[in-house]
Formats: sequence, C-alpha cells, structure tokens
Amino acid sequence: MQLTSLSAARQIALLRAGEASSVELTQAYLDQIASHDGKVGAFLRIDPERAIAAARKIDERRTAGESLGCLAGVPVAVKDILAERGERTTCASRMLEEFRAPYDSTVVARLKAADAVLLGRTNMDEFAMGGATENSAFQPTRNPWDLSRSPGGSSGGAAAAVAAGMAPLSIGTDTGGSIRQPAGMCGVVGMKPTYGRVSRYGLIAFASSLDQVGPLARSVEDVALLYEAIAGPDSRDSTCLPNEVLPVGAKLHQPLEGLRVGYAKEHFAEGLDSEVASAVQQALAQYESLGAKLVEVSLPHSRYAVATYYVIAPCEASSNLARYDGIHYGYRADQTKLVAELAAKKKSLEAAGDRHAAENLDTPLVRLYCKSRSEALGPEVKRRIMLGTYALSSGYYEAYYLKALKVRRLLRQDFDQVFDQVDVLAGPVTSSPALKIGSMKDDPLAMYLVDLFTVSANLTGIPALSLPCGRTTAGLPIGLQLQAPPLEEERLLRAARMYEQATDWQTEAPPL
Amino acid sequence: MSKYTTIVGLEVHVQLATQSKLFCRCSTQFGAAPNTQTCPVCIGLPGSLPVMNREALRLSLRTALAIGCEIPPLTKWDRKQYYYPDLPKGYQISQFDMPMSEHGYLEISDAKDRFETKRIRILRAHLEEDAGKSSHDESAARGDSLIDLNRTGTPLLEIVSEPDMRGALEARAYLDELKLLLTYLGVSDCNMQEGSLRVDANVNLHLDESGERIATPIVEIKNMNSFRAVERAIDYEAIRQYTLWQESRQKIGDVPKQTRGWDDAAGMTRGQRSKEESSDYRYFPDPDLAPVRFSSEEIEKSRNGLGELPAALRARLQSEFGLSLYDAGVLVNQGRELVDYFFAAVGQGAPAKAVCNWVSQEVLRVLKERELGIDAFPISAGQLVDFIAKLESGQLPSSRSREVFDAMHSKNQSADQAMQKLGIEEVDDSALENLCRELLEANPQVVADVQGGKQQAVGALIGQAKKKNPNADPGRVRGICLELIGRGL
Repeated sequence: MQLTSLSAARQIALLRAGEASSVELTQAYLDQIASHDGKVGAFLRIDPERAIAAARKIDERRTAGESLGCLAGVPVAVKDILAERGERTTCASRMLEEFRAPYDSTVVARLKAADAVLLGRTNMDEFAMGGATENSAFQPTRNPWDLSRSPGGSSGGAAAAVAAGMAPLSIGTDTGGSIRQPAGMCGVVGMKPTYGRVSRYGLIAFASSLDQVGPLARSVEDVALLYEAIAGPDSRDSTCLPNEVLPVGAKLHQPLEGLRVGYAKEHFAEGLDSEVASAVQQALAQYESLGAKLVEVSLPHSRYAVATYYVIAPCEASSNLARYDGIHYGYRADQTKLVAELAAKKKSLEAAGDRHAAENLDTPLVRLYCKSRSEALGPEVKRRIMLGTYALSSGYYEAYYLKALKVRRLLRQDFDQVFDQVDVLAGPVTSSPALKIGSMKDDPLAMYLVDLFTVSANLTGIPALSLPCGRTTAGLPIGLQLQAPPLEEERLLRAARMYEQATDWQTEAPPL
Repeated sequence: MSKYTTIVGLEVHVQLATQSKLFCRCSTQFGAAPNTQTCPVCIGLPGSLPVMNREALRLSLRTALAIGCEIPPLTKWDRKQYYYPDLPKGYQISQFDMPMSEHGYLEISDAKDRFETKRIRILRAHLEEDAGKSSHDESAARGDSLIDLNRTGTPLLEIVSEPDMRGALEARAYLDELKLLLTYLGVSDCNMQEGSLRVDANVNLHLDESGERIATPIVEIKNMNSFRAVERAIDYEAIRQYTLWQESRQKIGDVPKQTRGWDDAAGMTRGQRSKEESSDYRYFPDPDLAPVRFSSEEIEKSRNGLGELPAALRARLQSEFGLSLYDAGVLVNQGRELVDYFFAAVGQGAPAKAVCNWVSQEVLRVLKERELGIDAFPISAGQLVDFIAKLESGQLPSSRSREVFDAMHSKNQSADQAMQKLGIEEVDDSALENLCRELLEANPQVVADVQGGKQQAVGALIGQAKKKNPNADPGRVRGICLELIGRGL
C-alpha cells in the first residue's frame, strides 16, 4: 500500500489509529516530490527538514495523548500568495522574491491550528494573473498528464502538486477561475467558496472583490475537509462573512433527493471543444440517471462576463499593486545607477540646448518608482496595471468601471433567477482541455477567453467547484463545473460527491 | 468702501481623539520614536486588510451632528490614489462621493461687533486616514529623506466649508468657534503643534469693476501652522491677488487653481510646482471595506448625547443671566467646567454679574498664574458665593476684598477665616465717627480747606484713618468727615 495514493481522509484515519505516522506520510510526499517535481515544477520551495520536524512534533503530541487539530499530521501545499510569518511569500514575482511576511495569513494560521504539516509553496502566475502558470517569474509548471502542456493557472502549482501525488491537500486562490480551471486541467477537485467564506487576511491581493481562497485535492471529501479547516468568520477581514461553517460530515455521502441540475445553453455554444462538450453532456446524463432533474436555463448576461471581469479585476489590481513601489519593501532599482543616469541625461540635454526637456526630467523619486516597477514586474502584470489605471482615469471611470459594476449586478440577477429554478448549475470548466505550454503567450485576449465559464462565479460571489468528468482521447482530464447559490457549499459538495461516487475518474493517476 | 472683498473657504483636518488608528489597532499617541507605532495594516504590507475603527466613526458622527450636518443613510470608503513615500499603500482610504455627512453650518459672531453674526455653511465632513510624515534633509548634499509611519492611518475628519467667510477676521472667528466646539465635544485635542488640527484656505477676491462683479482665480494656501498664520496668510494673499489682478486681469477660470505654501518667517505665500497639482486620484470604492449604515436610532442617540454646545451656552448666559455677549464668550471659551462653576455659584444665590466679574477676572487670573484647571481651584463655588455675599452686605470692605480672595485660594481658607486672620471686621458707626472726629481735630488745615470749598482735601485723612483702623471703609470715612465738617463738627 502506498500512503500517497490514499485520500487525506483515509490518511487521517490511519494516523489516528496509529497505523501510520506523520513523519512516514510526510516523507512519502517528500519522496514523491523528489522523484516527480523536477519534471513538473509544481513547487517553488520546499523545506523538507522543517516539514519533517513539524510532522515529528505532531507524532509526539499524538503519542502523548494531546488533542490535535482536524488535519493533524497531513501535509498541505500552499500557493505562494499567502503570508506566513518569517517565511518568504513571493507571488512568483521578482518584486517580492525576498519578501518575508512578519505575520501569518488567517488561512496559514488556521492550517497551523489544524496541525497540518506545511510542505512547501506552490508555483503560480505572477500575482495570480494568468491561466497557465507561465507568468511565474521563476519557472513554468507542467501538467502531470502531459508534460508538454500547461497545468492551467493561476493555481497551476497547487493543482499539479495534487495531481502528481506530491501533496494530498493544496491551497489555491481563485479570482476568475484560478482554482477551478487548473483543477479541471489536472483532473483534480477544486472549490472556490462563496466570496467571504474564507478570510482574505494575508492573501496578497490581486482583485479584492473577486479573490477567494479555496481547497484542491483528489476527492470531494478531501476538498470538504480542507475547506472546513480554513473557512469561517475572521474579524481581520471586513469582507469575511459572519456565518459559521458547519462540518458536512457523513451527510456528504448522502445523495441529494430530487436534485434539480441546471445547464445553461450559453455554456454549450460555439467554441466549446467537442470532447469537452460530450464529457459534460455525459455528466449531465449521469446526474439524470442518479435521479436528478435536468433543467435548461439561460444566463443572458454571461456573454459580457469576461469583458466585465477584465475591467473590474485590472482596476482593483492597479490599485492593489500600487504599494509595490520599491520604497518600503520588495525590489528596488539600483539608486546610484539611476541618479547617475539622470544626471548624465540632464547634461546631454543641456549640451544639446534643450533646456525645457532638461528641466522636465523625472525626479529621482519618480524614476525610482518607474524603474523598480518596470524591472520587477512581468509583462502580464504590467498589462493589467495599465488596463486598470486607464479604466479608473478621470473621464473613463463611468464608461468602464461603473458600467462594469452595473453588468456585474445584472449577472448576479441572472444567477439569482437561475437558482430559483435549479439547485445547482452544471457545465464545462473550460472550453478546451490543457493547452500546450507557450501556445497563448503572445495572445493575451485568447488567454482571457479561457476564463469564459469561470469568471461569473467570482463576479457574482457564488461558490463553484470543479471535478473530473472524463478524458480526451489523448488522455487529458476534462473538468465539470458545478455552481450553487451563495453559502450553499454543502449542497455543492454533496452534488459533487453524488457524481464522484458514481464514477471513477478520480482514481486514475497521471502517467509520471 | 474697500476695493475688493476677500472670499475665504476653509478645509480643516481634525485628528480624532481615538486610542487607535482608523483601520488597525496601532496607537495614535503623539511623540513616539519613529516607526514604532506600526503594523502590517497601516504600513500596507502585502495581504493586510483594513478593519474600521467604530470609535472614529462615533466621534465623526458626533462632530457632524454638532455642526448641523445631514447624515446620509449610507456612506462608503474610497481609495484616493497617488504615489508618495509616506503613503505606503499607494492610496489613501478616504470618502469621495458619499461622505458620512454634508450640508451643515457653523455660526460665527464677534463680541467687538466688527462683523455681523452669520452662518458659515459647511459643504461636507468626511473621514479619512492620515499619511505618514516625511522629513526632507535638503541641506545635505545627498538629500536623504526620512519617513515616519507612526501617523499613517490616524483618523482625520476633514471639514470643508463653503466660501462664506469675508476676510481673515471671519476666518479666524470660524476657526476659533470650530476649535471651541470640537473641544466641547471632546472629539479632538485640537493641538496644532502636534498636527491634530490642520487648516488649508481657499482664497480669492470679488471686485466690482464698473458695475460688473469679477472673481479672481482661487488659490489654495497650505502649510499654515497656527490660526494667526491663517489670518496673516489670508491678508497677504488678498493684497497679492489684488496686485496681480491689476497687472494680469486674470479672472477665475482663466488659469488652473494654484496651490501656494505659507512661509511664516518670510510672511509670504510661495507658489508650489504646478506638476504636483494636476493629479488624477482615480478614486474608486475600496473593495476591502463594506459601506457603513447609520441607523436613525444611532443618529438620535448621538444627537441627544451632544450636550449643551458653546453657541447655546452663550445664548443662555445672555438671556437667563443677563451677561453681555463678551462676558458670555469669556466664560464659554474657558470650557464647560468653568461655566459649570459659574452656574454653581449663581445657583447658590450669588448675583450673576458679580460672579461673572469675579470669575472672568480674578479666578481666571489665579488659574493662569498657578497653571490650574478650575477643577483644582481651591475656592469652591460655595465659598465664592459666601465671599461675594460678605462683600455685597458691606461686611467685607471692597478695598480689602482682593486680600481676602488671595488668602482664600493661597491658604485654602474660607472667607470668614481669611477675614479673621486679616483682622477684618465691620467697624460700627459710632467708632468710625469717633475716629473721624479725632482726625479732623488733629488736622485743622484739612477742615479749613474743605470749608473753603476744596472737598478733595478730605482724601488726606483717608490714608490716616486706614492706618489707625485697617477696617475703616474709605467711602464711609470720607462721608462722615464731610458731614462732621458741614455740621461744624
């Protein structure tokens, strides 16, 4: 029996029964990482000694009969976007390459409180901007099912780590699909909870009104476990909901009676890969065979979702990323060089008789801002900062940002109406399976369209989950997306589990 | 008739007297070592999030109601975005298009009647966080700058007036009245040196040019560190703008709004670089903070807890106690505790005018000399009442009242004790008559002078009478002497 092929729920049972130790379990994952991550590149950093030390401590406490947290002894991989006291948190950016947070994010604090073993930090698109994990300043991550393909993104490292059996549980973040999309492409389960279910305190912001932390794992049950460990009210995040999160427990495995499953006709339009379409259709048929009622619904404003998202997210990003200015922390351009350059430029302008240009040269401070940001931020991050800065500028604000907020409300109305008719909404996660690495590097618009089916859940704040529902003929995973009304994570998880119990997509491992 | 009218609008930033900052739990205490009162939230570390301080909101609501503002049911937070090293997030959390209060007013009046009582309209009052403090070392060749983020995130209430003041005098009256109000409300310590109260002035001129009213371009004046500086800067600016008008004939709208800094030592305003003015702050709602709702109960509770404010108090002192506006102002300006002392004394039966005189002159003199607050003043209101009663009844001659008063506060004595220690007792009429008779007999020249029509000659005897009996009342000595001389002794 290989420990790493078991679910986290099963591992917890073994640890409790004393049939395995956390040190053994952690070592098993470190071995998996050692043998696979050279190819996959899911982790930015691991700290084997620290992980083993933490595991040993938990084993000791267990032996001593202490009461332990709900994830005691189980390794968890964390996306490199959540602050941990004294540790580096880079957001896969040169800007924060050496940044060490002096505090724990709420999610990391809750993982520690749950006695999870923090295994390492997973790769991502820089500041979570991207859908292929290719915008990482440090390394690409490869899809464990086909190393020539991307794992999706931005939580590509998180999804690939779980898919490759290098971590049983993994924390991702989802601003426009960044958990669900890589989960779908890597054949694992990932959930974006309701906006405000999980505290954003210590989550390095991309787009504050859309960002949400969530779990990735190989099974719905493990996703529920990790979700329950991190979710719940937090006084340090004003947008965090006050509603308590109750454990779903054994109910998870009980099928939902009389479940009404909606599917939006807009989700099966032109551009959807035929293999994806047929896998999702089969999943719908599966639900029907399990006694669910299928209902066709309409989301008339969903065609505007991507455009709306690419106004709101960059606007918030342009503001959230203003703090990376090279002054207080993070990357700073070489000041001595910069001052010398300015002096030389001034001299040459004066020599050329262009006094006006000489007088209007940047101050060293302005130049420091420009250079620090230019040198340390990647092209996609810069693109979004520019988009957002433009859209928030005087004269454009009403036409872009305010208009986008209005569409956002209309979209929410669409979903409210849909959820009057159905309990969950089912559909594809992405229009195609995992893409070749580099295939969209020069086409940001095509990249943005990858988010077509996922951004609505962020814009409306509803919970959404991605789980495997098939394979292409080439063997690539296909994901099924389920969405539910706000705060209905339990319904979402049970609906997902219902399907999962009837199928066996999650049992297969990638051919590494 | 002046050649022009000076139009003034003021923006006052009030630091609210909260224990902690607007969006985190750091202390707002002034004077700590640089960068020691900071946390991940106020220095804008990645991932940190703001959580609103309810106390700051409570103090703002209290202030807004006291200046007669309307409180909209919903208010929200916006990000004002600009780059500066003392603004670590790259934006300031402020309120843009939905301030927590608007449309109020503050009434100003002048005890010396130099202008008529008027209402200065208040456009809005909104909450925002302060930036940090930059110190630029421009003398050194390297030009290093130092940043202190202790102040970053301190709650400020920005109170924006309409341009309703005409000249420096009214501006000063507005600031004095606002400061007094804030002090009564207990919402700020109003210490200008520590930056708890900061004032920017918008100034321009209205001129009458052959029947046409013309407005000159508006100039915003910054860097004024005292109310006196505000007055001086407005006066300076009016003259400067008038001179400029005569040269340039530039009207409002011809040039963009200019910002000028006040140089107190030089006594002049100086233009600031135009690059710094034309900012697009790209305001947008802060997605990290929820909009704030005020319930009508909350508003009513705050309104009912305002207490009697300076304007009402002055009015009551005038109408109920017959004080002049000036006297009422003197008492009210010293704070509610002194007014309460006045009320306590009057409540125990002392005449209001006499209490007012003693309080506004002698009591205030002693408080100032001894650097005391009225709560620590040794003479209780009851003792003052007793003292005034003795004075009014003649038991205590007015010539010796100050001696007694001083003994009462410096030796913690009652009026009786002080008078006894000082040997003050009422001299009965026959004893006084005997004394006067004695003096007249010893001074025939005085008698002759008076008989010759020089009544003031009696004055020479008063000093002698006091020497023989310190309790001899000068007025009565004088009266008795004249009477005796008239009767032919």
